[in-house]
Amino acid sequence: MATYLEFIQQNEERDGVRFSWNVWPSSRLEATRMVVPLACLLTPLKERPDLPPVQYEPVLCSRPTCKACNIDMPALIKLFPSFQFPPAYGGISEVNQPAELMPQFSTIEYMIQRGAQSPLIFLYVVDTCLEEDDLQALKESLQMSLSLLPPDALVGLITFGRMVQVHELSCEGISKSYVFRGTKDLTAKQIQDMLGLTKPAMPMQQARPVQPQEHPFASTRFLQPVHKIDMNLTDLLGELQRDPWPVTQGKRPLRSTGVALSIAVGLLEGTFPNTGARIMLFTGGPPTQGPGMVVGDELKIPIRSWHDIEKDNARFMKKATKHYEMLANRTAANGHCIDIYACALDQTGLLEMKCCANLTGGYMVMGDSFNTSLFKQTFQRIFTKDFNGDFRMAFGATLDVKTSRELKIAGAIGPCVSLNVKGPCVSENELGVGGTSQWKICGLDPTSTLGIYFEVVNQHNAPIPQGGRGAIQFVTHYQHSSTQRRIRVTTIARNWADVQSQLRHIEAAFDQEAAAVLMARLGVFRAESEEGPDVLRWLDRQLIRLCQKFGQYNKEDPTSFRLSDSFSLYPQFMFHLRRSPFLQVFNNSPDESSYYRHHFARQDLTQSLIMIQPILYSYSFHGPPEPVLLDSSSILADRILLMDTFFQIVIYLGETIAQWRKAGYQDMPEYENFKHLLQAPLDDAQEILQARFPMPRYINTEHGGSQARFLLSKVNPSQTHNNLYAWGQVRNFQVFGEDAKLTE
Amino acid sequence: MNVNQSVPPVPSFGQPQPVYPGYHQSSYGGQSGSTAPTIPYGAYNGPVPGYQQTPPQGMSRAPPSSGAPPSSTAQAPCGQAAYGQFGQGDVQNGPSSTVQMQRLPGSQPFGSPLAPVGNQPAVLQPYGPPPTSAQVTAQLSGMQISGAVAPAPPSSGLGYGPPTSLASASGSFPNSGLYGSYPQGQAPPLSQAQGHPGIQTPQRSAPSQASGFTPPASGGPRLPSMTGPLLPGQSFGGPSVSQPNHVSSPPPQALPPGTQMTGPLGPLPPMHSPQQPGYQPQQNGSFGPTRGPQPNYGSPYPAAPTFGSQSGPQPLPPKRLDPDAIPSPIQVIEDDRNNRGTEPFVTGVRGQVPPLVTTNFLVKDQGNASPRYIRCTSYNIPCTSDMAKQAQVPLAAVIKPLARLPPEEASPYVVDHGESGPLRCNRCKAYMCPFMQFIEGGRRFQCCFCSCINDVPPQYFQHLDHTGKRVDAYDRPELSLGSYEFLATVDYCKNSKFPSPPAFIFMIDVSYNAIRTGLVRLLCEELKSLLDFLPREGGAEESAIRVGFVTYNKVLHFYNVKSSLAQPQMMVVSDVADMFVPLLDGFLVNVNESRAVITSLLDQIPEMFADTRETETVFVPVIQAGMEALKAAECAGKLFLFHTSLPIAEAPGKLKNRDDRKLINTDKEKTLFQPQTGAYQTLAKECVAQGCCVDLFLFPNQYVDVATLSVVPQLTGGSVYKYACFQVENDQERFLSDLRRDVQKVVGFDAVMRVRTSTGIRAVDFFGAFYMSNTTDVELAGLDGDKTVTVEFKHDDRLNEESGALLQCALLYTSCAGQRRLRIHNLALNCCTQLADLYRNCETDTLINYMAKFAYRGVLNSPVKAVRDTLITQCAQILACYRKNCASPSSAGQLILPECMKLLPVYLNCVLKSDVLQPGAEITTDDRAYVRQLVTSMDVAETNVFFYPRLLSLTKSPIESTTEPPAVRASEERLSNGDMYLLENGLNLFLWVGASVQQGVVQSLFSVSSFSQITSGLSVLPVLDNPLSKKVRGLIDSLRAQRSRYMKLIVVKQEDKLEMLFKHFLVEDKSLSGGASYVDFLCHMHKEIRQLLS
Repeated sequence: MATYLEFIQQNEERDGVRFSWNVWPSSRLEATRMVVPLACLLTPLKERPDLPPVQYEPVLCSRPTCKACNIDMPALIKLFPSFQFPPAYGGISEVNQPAELMPQFSTIEYMIQRGAQSPLIFLYVVDTCLEEDDLQALKESLQMSLSLLPPDALVGLITFGRMVQVHELSCEGISKSYVFRGTKDLTAKQIQDMLGLTKPAMPMQQARPVQPQEHPFASTRFLQPVHKIDMNLTDLLGELQRDPWPVTQGKRPLRSTGVALSIAVGLLEGTFPNTGARIMLFTGGPPTQGPGMVVGDELKIPIRSWHDIEKDNARFMKKATKHYEMLANRTAANGHCIDIYACALDQTGLLEMKCCANLTGGYMVMGDSFNTSLFKQTFQRIFTKDFNGDFRMAFGATLDVKTSRELKIAGAIGPCVSLNVKGPCVSENELGVGGTSQWKICGLDPTSTLGIYFEVVNQHNAPIPQGGRGAIQFVTHYQHSSTQRRIRVTTIARNWADVQSQLRHIEAAFDQEAAAVLMARLGVFRAESEEGPDVLRWLDRQLIRLCQKFGQYNKEDPTSFRLSDSFSLYPQFMFHLRRSPFLQVFNNSPDESSYYRHHFARQDLTQSLIMIQPILYSYSFHGPPEPVLLDSSSILADRILLMDTFFQIVIYLGETIAQWRKAGYQDMPEYENFKHLLQAPLDDAQEILQARFPMPRYINTEHGGSQARFLLSKVNPSQTHNNLYAWGQVRNFQVFGEDAKLTE
Repeated sequence: MNVNQSVPPVPSFGQPQPVYPGYHQSSYGGQSGSTAPTIPYGAYNGPVPGYQQTPPQGMSRAPPSSGAPPSSTAQAPCGQAAYGQFGQGDVQNGPSSTVQMQRLPGSQPFGSPLAPVGNQPAVLQPYGPPPTSAQVTAQLSGMQISGAVAPAPPSSGLGYGPPTSLASASGSFPNSGLYGSYPQGQAPPLSQAQGHPGIQTPQRSAPSQASGFTPPASGGPRLPSMTGPLLPGQSFGGPSVSQPNHVSSPPPQALPPGTQMTGPLGPLPPMHSPQQPGYQPQQNGSFGPTRGPQPNYGSPYPAAPTFGSQSGPQPLPPKRLDPDAIPSPIQVIEDDRNNRGTEPFVTGVRGQVPPLVTTNFLVKDQGNASPRYIRCTSYNIPCTSDMAKQAQVPLAAVIKPLARLPPEEASPYVVDHGESGPLRCNRCKAYMCPFMQFIEGGRRFQCCFCSCINDVPPQYFQHLDHTGKRVDAYDRPELSLGSYEFLATVDYCKNSKFPSPPAFIFMIDVSYNAIRTGLVRLLCEELKSLLDFLPREGGAEESAIRVGFVTYNKVLHFYNVKSSLAQPQMMVVSDVADMFVPLLDGFLVNVNESRAVITSLLDQIPEMFADTRETETVFVPVIQAGMEALKAAECAGKLFLFHTSLPIAEAPGKLKNRDDRKLINTDKEKTLFQPQTGAYQTLAKECVAQGCCVDLFLFPNQYVDVATLSVVPQLTGGSVYKYACFQVENDQERFLSDLRRDVQKVVGFDAVMRVRTSTGIRAVDFFGAFYMSNTTDVELAGLDGDKTVTVEFKHDDRLNEESGALLQCALLYTSCAGQRRLRIHNLALNCCTQLADLYRNCETDTLINYMAKFAYRGVLNSPVKAVRDTLITQCAQILACYRKNCASPSSAGQLILPECMKLLPVYLNCVLKSDVLQPGAEITTDDRAYVRQLVTSMDVAETNVFFYPRLLSLTKSPIESTTEPPAVRASEERLSNGDMYLLENGLNLFLWVGASVQQGVVQSLFSVSSFSQITSGLSVLPVLDNPLSKKVRGLIDSLRAQRSRYMKLIVVKQEDKLEMLFKHFLVEDKSLSGGASYVDFLCHMHKEIRQLLS
């Protein structure tokens, strides 16, 4: 087993890939019986400091339908017998092998030199219907961000409130902006006409017949290199005023988010299609007018809740969703991505807008105010750099998946859209976004992870020869943050195994973590379109079937049930998944659900697991911090707990600890150890906060604190008001809830 | 007759004089035949000498007040003669004098009867012979005959056809050596002695009168003469007055004419015959004709026969009307000035006819609105609609509610009735005014409009004195004055909210054309300083008006000029199909607070667009934007739109070039005046609802479709200014001057005007720049002191002679400071049961104002020809009715005009020939549309000078004279090539330089050594330090100051190409576009009248 764990880990580190099954069932029927589909989590841009990009272009398999890159020669040659070395490889010898032929280079990154490089583009779309201090904080963050951008990056600014203003950044002196009515849906053509983006054609010809370089200038009046206009833009941001239109009492400010986004998309569409660009939407409330409006401006009518949605009482939702989906699809088609930074106490319409981020690989950040460190640091973190000094972001990627013929591609779940490329290796059964072998991921970072689902198509009666391997190749074309085009190719091969004879073997090769995440993604994906209970039932059924298949038990004897080690954690994951906000909407607003789901669908395996089952550390005088069960029994008076749910970091002081602290022992020199104890979880939390994107909500609470609910809602309610006394024990804690319990 | 005469004292005087001569003649009729002539002659000569010597007596003594009148009449005979000769000779020119000469002969035949006293016999005779004249005479005779018989065809031909012959005739005139010599020769001698001085100075005239009078002298004799002889005399007087045109004749006797009128009616026929004989000799003096002119135009009839018999040779020549014999606007104006310009016009008496608009006079408000606010076509209204229909005299009032007053007159007092608001009649809602009757000891009042009895609210109660007047009547403007203002309460405000101060928005076209011509730069530069002169109220430190700026081409650029900004911010709105205002805060600002930002903006605008290549513009969205901005700011205001081209960019209100000259004179011609699309009207309606007034400054290089573009300004009470082919060098001054004036002038915003009338008449039709959503309320988004509303009344019941008719015009508006006010104007008119009273109290200028507006509106719906015909018909009906009902029976061949309307034909002819109704080849469609809308809101003074331009002789009066130089009739014949003239019509200003002007004059005015070196088309006179230059420039400045628009000067040299342009304004001549000459038109009119009568 240990070997498998190592193998899995090694694979993940090298290729960014984790399969649910690391030995593949050799026939379709058997594969189906395995319950958990053959699938993998792929992190296409997994950071590989040790992987130098090669400076030449990949060689393609000459079969036109294949076009796989030639790597992992041994496997390849078996896979693609027709493979011929191209002339470029004429100098191959034993000592001078191209990287492709060395086994450790199952992942290779190529840099493509040809093609014009275009700068990165950041288009800020800023809501001005904010409270004064919120706006001020946002302005400061934006101004600060200018210094973080690559100097040659192009920036643009769109502000919106009742109107939408597209600021022209090129002019001196007078600041100029194009203003649009926030209630009117405009086509891309109209927007480009109105911005004068289509104009250059005519007058330019007359004036200067040959001026090819004129074009970028004309089209970039709204998008200028940072180094040129950072002063200007800083001033401009500084002068930004709150939306001046009066908001009468009992009304929401009129906010034209839908039109603003539409204009942003149209602007980039007309000027820089298929170039890496981020549209960064900062909004402080729900869209209240025009296309994409989520709620009316009457405050007395609250924004839709899950309750309303269930009752089909959310009158704007469908239309708005449609609007944003249309925008998201256009954006994706142009290779741009949309980030949403929504900071407000109430909902902001993330439910409707989620597709903008989900489909384009943009970020979604939700906070209470722009004037919180949560937002400020999260925003700052977007511009962090990797070991090479490059931004940890990439654009306009296409992921091409190729399989050997025993496999077909069923679909993908993640921040991507289908490119609708059909082929022989595309399955008819869809899991996630299917029906294609290529996806577009407009914005991605080193942690962006897709779940990719496969189908074994080999028929039972057509056995695979002993020792045969299946192969999958992931080819990711993308624009690196240095504006280079790059291609990363990862090739994977796994052994086939006959379930009948080698079940143990397969069982051992089960990656329960990956499987849990992959199943969770499927569940969440379903939850988007299906009723919650249905999804839960489906998950339950899957779990039962899995246990049936792999558990060892005696009939009618629950206590005899055993699962092998490689499955032991899986049910626990499923239990927590059922209770997670990804599937439970109770107590969450539609926006929150969208937010959680968004992140769940893009984070890598580790983070996803944290989301499914938060981590709980316990600090005490008795020893070093230890992970403890996410269970109410772990809540003890003399412990400090640190819980990481990905979205929240909660530090919880047990009752005694809290009293001690209140008594001020930590300030007494003789109790310095107590001080250290108090400090330890803080330090650890800091460490997590440093690395996490988006910044989690940081909660420091204690026994009896109102914020303790964040912890209580996560732990397994092994003690509740129902069983507390029945058990005859006086435990120090109880959790109120009607949920099923994990133990018992 | 008698009655009339007796009634007005003035007339009586007028009569006496004429009577006199007439008397003799008439009485002697038979005898005189031979003798008469001599007498008149003698008289003639006599007068002259008498002039100098006797003058004082007659004048001063006879009638104290009326003195003036008589003088005029008196002069008529002699003075005219004298004047006619040199007056004309001097004033006019060599040529003009000659003209007279010629005419004389002509006039004699038929004029002779009219004007007995010929001074210029000599001249006449020589002329009589000319063959050309013969033709004319023939025609004239034809006329007469026709009159007598039924020669419609010939007459028509004559009347109108003749022009050519006339022209030739006129041409020939100048030649007449006699005349030419005469005037010239005389000028020195005679003029020195009498003519000149006499002309100019009132004294002279006085003497002349005296002389004339002296004979009849004693009041006693006159009276009798009046009755009997009056007729002739009257006729004389009438004519004399008109003839005397001589500016010189100061004798003020506007009134007498009326009497004369009446007079002539009866007696004329008899008179004539007797006179004629007597006259013949005199006639030569051309005088005969002169007199005749007014009353008996066509009179030739009687004359002819007599003449024929008497003077063989003369009858032959008689052909056409003597231009000097027909009523002269110059003369009428001059007379009125002299008669009525000296004393204030006191408005206390009901139905008083005010002095002419051309007269300078002061007004004392004693209960009726000043004529500066309201002028009526008639101050005596027929009691019944039947009468009104019969007379066909339109009953209309030309109202200028916010008219500017001369500094000597106080602006209306503001009355505050407190929270309850102005006191009004409960039933008809008329406002408290001096005509309200307080009864029951002051506890109640009876509405003077609807007779409803209302309670007087306790706080307003006041006791009555023994005459039934409130004791406090003189403490309360609303009880003692014709015009005053009420402070409005919140009930009078939109949305029951007091208005915010209004705003001005400057909307500047920055398309290629505007930049290229330098307009934008010029405008921005000017605005920087102009913004300090926004209208303010009373003693306010700074104007309450806020300003905003927009530039545009195909898209609109709004500017945020909030004071807290370091730099203005520009906001571009490209969504012109669905216009909106992109900002609220910072768009409309206080000038002083945001001065730095505004200055910075105005500095940058020309730079920003310096390289623009955008040639397309939009229009409707621009106005819409302004309107929306005002709406967002919840205030009324005014948009100043500076626009250069036809809006062809894709947007609402997009226009296409539809200028098609082929449509002229077709039934489709009216489409040229109609807007292309309904979008403009719709927009205008919205503007009016918001109180958004639009002033449009156009700078077209080509067709811009003024007809369509001016719809919004027109309906919102705005103005349109047009500067074709604008170039900074040439048009800068004119544009800036107009702009300054337009920006600075006081405006009332968001106004509603309602005209209430006493029972019996009702306001039924309205003309002007405004919008009406119902039939009674005139809605004006903006109203300034130049805008006029003409209101037509119709009977809906019988009027009462005793109570008269009352008008109350109430204007609710927001002042420049944002104060809501009501301005009330009251006017009481007389009512009559006799048509003669109507005709005696008419005002031709006002009538023309109404008729022009009526016609100009008509072209929107009817073919132009039909409109012209309607005008002619109406005019003929008016005059025929007079002839039939008021004039004494006379031969049909006589043309008899009411004294008050004796200028109606000449003015009407001017209207008919105007560019709108009869376009020449050089008049563009835009110009016509422009003029059309301009006239729509003109006041009486403006229409007067617009249709009959003022022509001033520059060198005829001494340089040191401070009075305005003598005016000359607008005819080429009156121009002397040795003189220079200024011509102005309120829009244009020409300086015509005769070819043989003295070199010294040329030098001192133009700083060049000879006529040939003068630059034709020059628009600025060099600033030279000599009396003549100073005087001329001063004169030009003062003329400009009188007009609401800056008149660009154009120097025209005689015989130069530009002269064509100038001649276009000589409205008494036949125009190139086919407009009839005055004489021809008069003949035509005569014919029409006779047709109606027969």
